[in-house]
Amino acid sequence: MNFDFTDDQHEIKRTARDLLTNRSPFERVREAAESGAYDEAAWKELTELGWAGIAISEANGGQGLGTVELVILLEELGYACAASPFLSNSMAGLMIEHAGSDEQQAKWLPGIADGTATATVAIADQGVARLVPDAEAAAVIVFVQDGAATLVERGDAEVEALETIDPTRRFARVSASGGDPLTGDVEGGIARCEAALAAEMVGIAQRAMEMSVQYAKDRQQFGTPIGAYQAVSHRCTQMLLETEGARSATYFAAWAADSNPVQLPLGAAMAKAAASDAARNVTASAIQVHGGVGFTWEADLHWLYKRAQLDAALLTSSRIQRRRIAHASAAAVTPTA
Amino acid sequence: MDLTFSTSELAFRDEFRAWLEANPAGQSPEGEDAAYAFRTQWQRRLYEGGWAAVHWPRQFGGRDATLVEAAIFYEELARVRAPIPANVLGILLGGPTLMLWGTEEQKDRYLIPILSAEEIWCQGFSEPDAGSDLAALKTKAVKDGDDWIVTGQKVWTSGAQYSKWCMLVARTDQDAAKHKGLTYFLLDMEQEEVQVRPLRQITGESEFNELFIEGARIPDENVIGGVGNGWKVALTTLMNERAGLAFGLQVALKIGLDKLTEQASARGLMDDPAVADKLGELHLKCEILRLTAYRGLSTTMKYGQPGPEGSLTKWMWSETNQQLAQAAVDILGPEALLSDSPWAYGLLRSRGNTIEGGTTEVLKNIVAERVLGLPRMR
Ligand SMILES: Cc1cc2nc3c(=O)[nH]c(=O)nc-3n(C[C@H](O)[C@H](O)[C@H](O)COP(=O)(O)OP(=O)(O)OC[C@H]3O[C@@H](n4cnc5c(N)ncnc54)[C@H](O)[C@@H]3O)c2cc1C
Repeated sequence: MNFDFTDDQHEIKRTARDLLTNRSPFERVREAAESGAYDEAAWKELTELGWAGIAISEANGGQGLGTVELVILLEELGYACAASPFLSNSMAGLMIEHAGSDEQQAKWLPGIADGTATATVAIADQGVARLVPDAEAAAVIVFVQDGAATLVERGDAEVEALETIDPTRRFARVSASGGDPLTGDVEGGIARCEAALAAEMVGIAQRAMEMSVQYAKDRQQFGTPIGAYQAVSHRCTQMLLETEGARSATYFAAWAADSNPVQLPLGAAMAKAAASDAARNVTASAIQVHGGVGFTWEADLHWLYKRAQLDAALLTSSRIQRRRIAHASAAAVTPTA
Repeated sequence: MDLTFSTSELAFRDEFRAWLEANPAGQSPEGEDAAYAFRTQWQRRLYEGGWAAVHWPRQFGGRDATLVEAAIFYEELARVRAPIPANVLGILLGGPTLMLWGTEEQKDRYLIPILSAEEIWCQGFSEPDAGSDLAALKTKAVKDGDDWIVTGQKVWTSGAQYSKWCMLVARTDQDAAKHKGLTYFLLDMEQEEVQVRPLRQITGESEFNELFIEGARIPDENVIGGVGNGWKVALTTLMNERAGLAFGLQVALKIGLDKLTEQASARGLMDDPAVADKLGELHLKCEILRLTAYRGLSTTMKYGQPGPEGSLTKWMWSETNQQLAQAAVDILGPEALLSDSPWAYGLLRSRGNTIEGGTTEVLKNIVAERVLGLPRMR
């Protein structure tokens, strides 16, 4: 039993943190949000480093590493609140890698891995997916409905851009029918997407917590740092509790994805539920700790808060996840006839 | 990352499972004293099998177990619903404190009788005016030849009625600063000058007591860690208190939650979204607690000290345990409130969980200052 990363994994984390600190400071996140366009140069750099294909097999142009490595990168991308198609593209990669045929993989994965033909995942009901990240620019959309998935080429889908509260990311409503069916492990693919999404939210929560703790040390009122007041400091400890809890669940899901798939479905549901709650609660709490400043466009916290809200709304909601967890747990304890 | 047990960890688990199967704990009798005697017997059997304290060094009757093996050990005990060993405070608090601060003579004298349950230990820290603010304690020890004469009052002393030794923190220097004038003693409870009076808890039981100490004698050789060093020694005890039982408690929580889930399911309540939400939430918290506790062990094993996650498990566990009992009342209705229901007992006993071993508020203060580096509280 060992939760620790390998040396290589620690190295990936360090490299990602360093690079993103330079390439995606909040000024760049803001620029991307206000211009409505991703930073092409930064995206090019990430893809040249092979990040986009980290969990894609080498045969298909990726690095052949696992969900754990992807989760490490996504946690850092969330921490930076990076504006890029990384999340949607890698989720689509996971779906095709785990549920696609050799042919489908050979056709789509190389473009996903080097970022030249990006893809995304749409969760649909009655032919319509109401919230799809990065669909407009995608070459192909993994269209999931009622537990089945098809590959729909961009030209065959109706994509209607949406303006959401999170301008650091492009969203659309996507309608489609038909497409090229994915016949493999769709459920496992979605579960991996949930782990990946959870990781981004853990990073968001971590950043919001760190900003709050720093602010609580610096900001003085009544002649003392506000962090000396328990109403503030206990709020910060609650942030830590939720962030660390979500991190535990997310690492477990990533590990299960790579090493113990029977534990993946429940593990991923738990990761998504815990990370959605943590990201939303911690970013909201962070605004409160910052007072009036936290409510300003200037203070940058709102990017994290908005990202948390949109991320939590992707894939399965935490309300549904809780019920899934309950039913799976009930099935595990109920004696079968 | 490898979140399965290693071959040697599995071998350890299987060995203990086999032992538990061959040596079932049996059913605890009714009545507090009888139940306590039963726990004493149980600990003796663990001791004879070499299973009383796996994380202790071999020379003192342990097995030199790793942190993960110790976790497995407590998980397995909880899984078969074995009673908590009678001398739990000696095993988890007293022994480790002595191993760090005791002299060789003290270790030779006290450690084995702790494990064999021959001598039960209790913890005499809290006082009427010194709870969270432990260093404000007033119990006084004055040197008299080779002895110390102790006068004062302790409160909430769990298991004092069964104890031979009390881990006692007393003030030995009235003039020194609050944290500096304290000394850690081993007080012999078998003397007239120590009176134990039971305190009735909201459960109706009396696990804890008041101690009235009027001129009790402690020989100088029973000072642990040196005169005036009591605060540091006491912190060792408190650190162990916060780490100790976590794994067993976590499994007990999961067993309770599974039972509630099974009952809800049998009554067809899983289709009620409110019930499913609540149970889902509790299963989530329970699993996060387990994972976070193991993550904490990995950090401790790698870096020699716990990371931020290590300080969170007692807080997570105590609140979840309370929420479980409350959920049972909501889901099962009035029958969970009948005196003989285990849920009713849980509803009452779990209120103590966020107080004993440091209140949740105090834990948050510690996390804020030591983990997050926030300024000292006002
Ligand atoms: C079941 C049980 C068993 C116990 N067994 C033992 C034992 O064997 N030996 C022993 O020595 N003690 C024992 N205790 C005592 C326990 O350690 C104390 O009750 C605990 O430390 C709190 O102290 P107190 O009761 O004086 O409460 P107080 O310290 O008076 O606290 C009252 C309230 O004020 C809050 N508070 C206090 N200070 C602060 C602060 N700085 N910031 C924010 N909030 C604060 C507390 O969180 C609490 O909510 C036991 C307690 C229980 C419930």
